[in-house]
Amino acid sequence: MRRERPQTFADYTPLFFPGLMLVVFFVVPFSTMIAVSFFKRDPTGFYTRDFVFDNYARFLSSFFGGVLGFSLLLAIGVAICCVVIAFPFTYLLTQRPRRIQTLWLVGLLSVLSLSEVIIGFAWSTLLSRTAGITNLFVWLGLMEAPVALLPSVWAVLTGMVYHALPYTILVLYPALVRLDPTLLEAARTLGASPVRAFLNVVTPALRNTLVATLIMVFVFALGSYLLPQILGRPQHWTLSVLITDQAIYQSNMPFAAAMAVFLVLISLALVGLTLLIGRRENAG
Amino acid sequence: MSGLSINDVTKTFGSFAAVDHVQLDVPHGTFVCLLGPSGCGKTTLLRMIAGLEVPTGGAIVLDGQDITQVPTHKRNLGMVFQSLALFPHLSVGDNIAYALRIRGASKAEQKARVDELLKMVHLGGFSDRPVAKLSGGQRQRVAIARALALSPKLFLLDEPLSALDAKLREAMQVELRQLQQQLGITTIVVTHDQREAMTMADLVVVMGEGKIRQAAPPVEIYRRPADSFVADFIGSTNLLELAADSAGRATIFGQPVAGLSLPDGLSRAPVSVRPEDVQITAPGHGTIDGTVTFVRDLGGTIETFVQVGDTTIIAVATPRERPDVKAGQTVGVSLPAGSCVVLKS
Repeated sequence: MRRERPQTFADYTPLFFPGLMLVVFFVVPFSTMIAVSFFKRDPTGFYTRDFVFDNYARFLSSFFGGVLGFSLLLAIGVAICCVVIAFPFTYLLTQRPRRIQTLWLVGLLSVLSLSEVIIGFAWSTLLSRTAGITNLFVWLGLMEAPVALLPSVWAVLTGMVYHALPYTILVLYPALVRLDPTLLEAARTLGASPVRAFLNVVTPALRNTLVATLIMVFVFALGSYLLPQILGRPQHWTLSVLITDQAIYQSNMPFAAAMAVFLVLISLALVGLTLLIGRRENAG
Repeated sequence: MSGLSINDVTKTFGSFAAVDHVQLDVPHGTFVCLLGPSGCGKTTLLRMIAGLEVPTGGAIVLDGQDITQVPTHKRNLGMVFQSLALFPHLSVGDNIAYALRIRGASKAEQKARVDELLKMVHLGGFSDRPVAKLSGGQRQRVAIARALALSPKLFLLDEPLSALDAKLREAMQVELRQLQQQLGITTIVVTHDQREAMTMADLVVVMGEGKIRQAAPPVEIYRRPADSFVADFIGSTNLLELAADSAGRATIFGQPVAGLSLPDGLSRAPVSVRPEDVQITAPGHGTIDGTVTFVRDLGGTIETFVQVGDTTIIAVATPRERPDVKAGQTVGVSLPAGSCVVLKS
């Protein structure tokens, strides 16, 4: 089918409504935030109009820089864990009969309906000393005495992976269902074991999907703000937690805005870099 | 025994028997075509030989070794899929070299073998092309070269030419047959195209409803079909009824046919007469008279449709022996006894 380019001004009218919504609900607030990030804080009130780089300068101190680094590493870790778990799982799911696939997908959707708060408190119970899974290990004779597995960075990672996994599977599922099953069979007739065939036929054939999924989970995890507080120590708090803290409890809007702008820029840069690398490999 | 033996193989899906107690011996170096309508179990049988399906019962023996439970990747076979299943992320050369890479062959070995195979399928110099940039026929050749990379014992093809246009398909049939003879490799092709089977095969295996209806060389399948299913599936035919009259003679349309006899203990049986064996004669000079209902002149051949009772008999003639008849005319139809094949009912 040949698509005609829009010719007249009237051809563009369907774009007006989404364009307007984007301006009102995204461009305007985001610009305001950028502007606020250059304002000066007024300790007695809110902020005064100004144009200073104080907020960014403060942000580049070692403490906030460390938090930014931790947040990015955590999000990358969550993204990698999710894709590594979800990719083989989703692949095996697509090999099952349709009825079983439906059951699993319905189950995953029901996990999606849980709020971050419920997931956080469920995991904090599961990982606790008094009522957690270590009691089960003691009962099975695997451990001497129950221990508390939280607060720790691993507890944060576990909770966030649990939270993001259903999204990951639902994003991977359509691509894997459409994958030609004879590709894998062809690899097997050529002497590749099933695992090997999966690694060097299915994985490269879906590389773009995998990269897109990694980016999606990364961005998703970057915004996580409750789980690090419920499951981690203060040093495991992400930038999102600090932004909230500055904006709401410290009433330092300009600084919170500066951190948010910085976070957006860094994420965009990482996403851009990933796409760039992907494109270069595709061309080569 | 050298070759492939399929011993009483069955495959059921739930209560449905896709392949039903199939027995087939394929001597080494034979070109076999599994032929049948869709859903007859031919693809399932091929996939069991490849190890992509596990038989519910029976055994598959290759060169004296029972391979029924051997996983696909240890069977040493080459397979061409209907979708071709070329790896989209690899170049032509890397596709063909895939099996060699798995075996740990050196780069130089891989390159030498790839060049040799590409030459064999007339695609010399295509090694670095991306698969997506090839035409249908070229992709077909790449799939064949890839399957033959390890000089396998068995070469399996699942409706390999169905995606090509008619002209190219006919050319590829001849090429595939020549390649098989040159390599002397045991080859099994699944097809629903009887022309394809006739062109390529040493042994045509006609399947229907999960069973083998007849396994024989192409000409025998055509000249001596075992039953009405085979006769009808291979080429076109006139299926008539042979019945005994009160004197016990074999008759068609009530007219005795000298030289034909009914199978023992039966009073009626189907009989097949190929259209090219039916002759149009002057009224009264044939086996029986009928009315011409339609004449289809295709240039190369002329088909005459003759109505006898409530049966239409088709006669095919070449322009040289052109029967000069028109629709509505009464003619005689001659059914030579030597061309009538009495079938199992």
